[in-house]
Amino acid sequence: MLRLRFLCLFTLLWPAPALLAQTVPELQARIAALEAATRSAQSAGDNAWMLMSAALVLMMTGPGLALFYGGLVRRKNVLGTMMQSFILMAVVTAIWAVVGYSLAFGGSSWLLGDFRFAFLNGVGSAPNADYAGTIPHQTFMVYQLMFAIITPALISGAFAERMKFSAMLLFTVLWSLMVYFPMAHMVWGKGGLLNAFLGGAIPCFDFAGGTVVHITSGVSALVCALYLGKRLGYPQPSMKPHNLVISFVGACLLWVGWFGFNAGSALAASGLATSAFVATHFGAAAATIGWLVVEWIDNGKPSVLGGLSGSVAGLVAITPASGFVKPFPALAIGLSAGVVCYFMVTRVKRFFGYDDSLDAFGVHGAGGTLGAILTGVFATSAVNDALKDASGRVLPLGLVDGKASQVLNQMVGCAIAWGLGIVGTLVILKVCDMTIGLRVGKDQEVEGLDVAMHGEEGYIFES
Amino acid sequence: MKKIEAIIQPFKLDQVKEALKGIGIDGMTVSEVRGHGRQKGHKEVYRGQEYNVDLLPKVKLEMVVPSSRCEEVIKTLTAAARTGKIGDGKIFVYDVAEAIRIRNDDRGESAL
Repeated sequence: MLRLRFLCLFTLLWPAPALLAQTVPELQARIAALEAATRSAQSAGDNAWMLMSAALVLMMTGPGLALFYGGLVRRKNVLGTMMQSFILMAVVTAIWAVVGYSLAFGGSSWLLGDFRFAFLNGVGSAPNADYAGTIPHQTFMVYQLMFAIITPALISGAFAERMKFSAMLLFTVLWSLMVYFPMAHMVWGKGGLLNAFLGGAIPCFDFAGGTVVHITSGVSALVCALYLGKRLGYPQPSMKPHNLVISFVGACLLWVGWFGFNAGSALAASGLATSAFVATHFGAAAATIGWLVVEWIDNGKPSVLGGLSGSVAGLVAITPASGFVKPFPALAIGLSAGVVCYFMVTRVKRFFGYDDSLDAFGVHGAGGTLGAILTGVFATSAVNDALKDASGRVLPLGLVDGKASQVLNQMVGCAIAWGLGIVGTLVILKVCDMTIGLRVGKDQEVEGLDVAMHGEEGYIFES
Repeated sequence: MKKIEAIIQPFKLDQVKEALKGIGIDGMTVSEVRGHGRQKGHKEVYRGQEYNVDLLPKVKLEMVVPSSRCEEVIKTLTAAARTGKIGDGKIFVYDVAEAIRIRNDDRGESAL
């Protein structure tokens, strides 16, 4: 028996010398390698998702918004309208590369970034820990670029069918510099006044751009519509949407692309991205129902254009809230946006008589404001625990967390977006008007932008 | 020679064409037009903006026939195109000064 015990003990202890032969430094090296591999795998997942998201957001401009807006105007202006979105894919990219990214995300002042990233200096494959620690800095830069592209494109809805192409280009360059870059910096840049997560004095929650993108563009759109004046003969039977079929395609591309816009704003392939994805989809769905129900009661028939417009209104409103709210509050936000924007577009616009041709203010300005304020109501640390105090304790976010004052902070953020949009746009419109003139001539407006501005026709059926 | 111009309901086009082919008339020009007589239009609403659409889609047939066949063509056409409701359309008859076949310079009824 004793011999058996010795045999057992010997067998058990046989590998011990071999194991102990691996020294502690070697084990530490293996663990370090494993940690690096895990980080690399995390980065690979995050970067794949973020590059996909950037592509989705660009798709929202071209062809999403181009088709959506294109179908809503008269046939003679279809190309001109689509070009107003398409050209920004090129022009805003150039400004962003030279100075835009730096002004939005460089430095740590409260209003505007500095020039440290001018010409994308220092923006390479190493992550920028301030903004997104697991993806290349270049990924973050190109993702944000897609937002800078679509924001001025939204404004074109207000001056559709009557703005000179050259004036629109000048307007976009000046607007990006004077309105978009400052607003993006204040909300998302390091040290920005409204940046709750990076040292802002007035902490606002704007996950994917309710204030930065939708309020600024929507309010600027209203100023443009008022300054430029109505289209010749507005309102008239011959101003019906010429092709709701392509508007349909465009709106669906916007819905799908918005997953990149909102869920991508998590800047990682994380649970937060999933939460934002779900909230986005639920917001769109509820808003579609909200708009259609009201329209069905109001008009007797639910229209396709109404359904599309409702979905866009919901997507706009859920944008600032997407990474902060639970699914059912997302439904509530969407539903209210569908109803409110319906009345903005049908009653309020008619009451005041302004020609916001494609309802950029009614949907983006109003929907963005509503969504930003409701973010203060429904934001919860149960969804997003990124806000912590000095000792690492998770802080409450919105009213549902007990922090009612956040609603006020959101209102201040909205007010700043409104103010910047109004003042900035007025100044820029005046400058453009005094230098090159804003509106096309009467004959050109009658002839249509496609021929007058671009020398082309959208549909040639005879050939 | 007479020119017969008929404005009919679009969904009646196939029936009318078949009926005319049945009596040996197979030369015609067809165009899509909009118009109305006493037929009421409909209301369309786009984002709260109402439009009264009173120009309705119709089809116009034009054909030139020998004067001797004019009544026969009108009877056949009318029978095929009629539904009995407002909106059925109208037929107009014109005199034709000359007809020429471009291919070989044929003139008059031999050009039809």
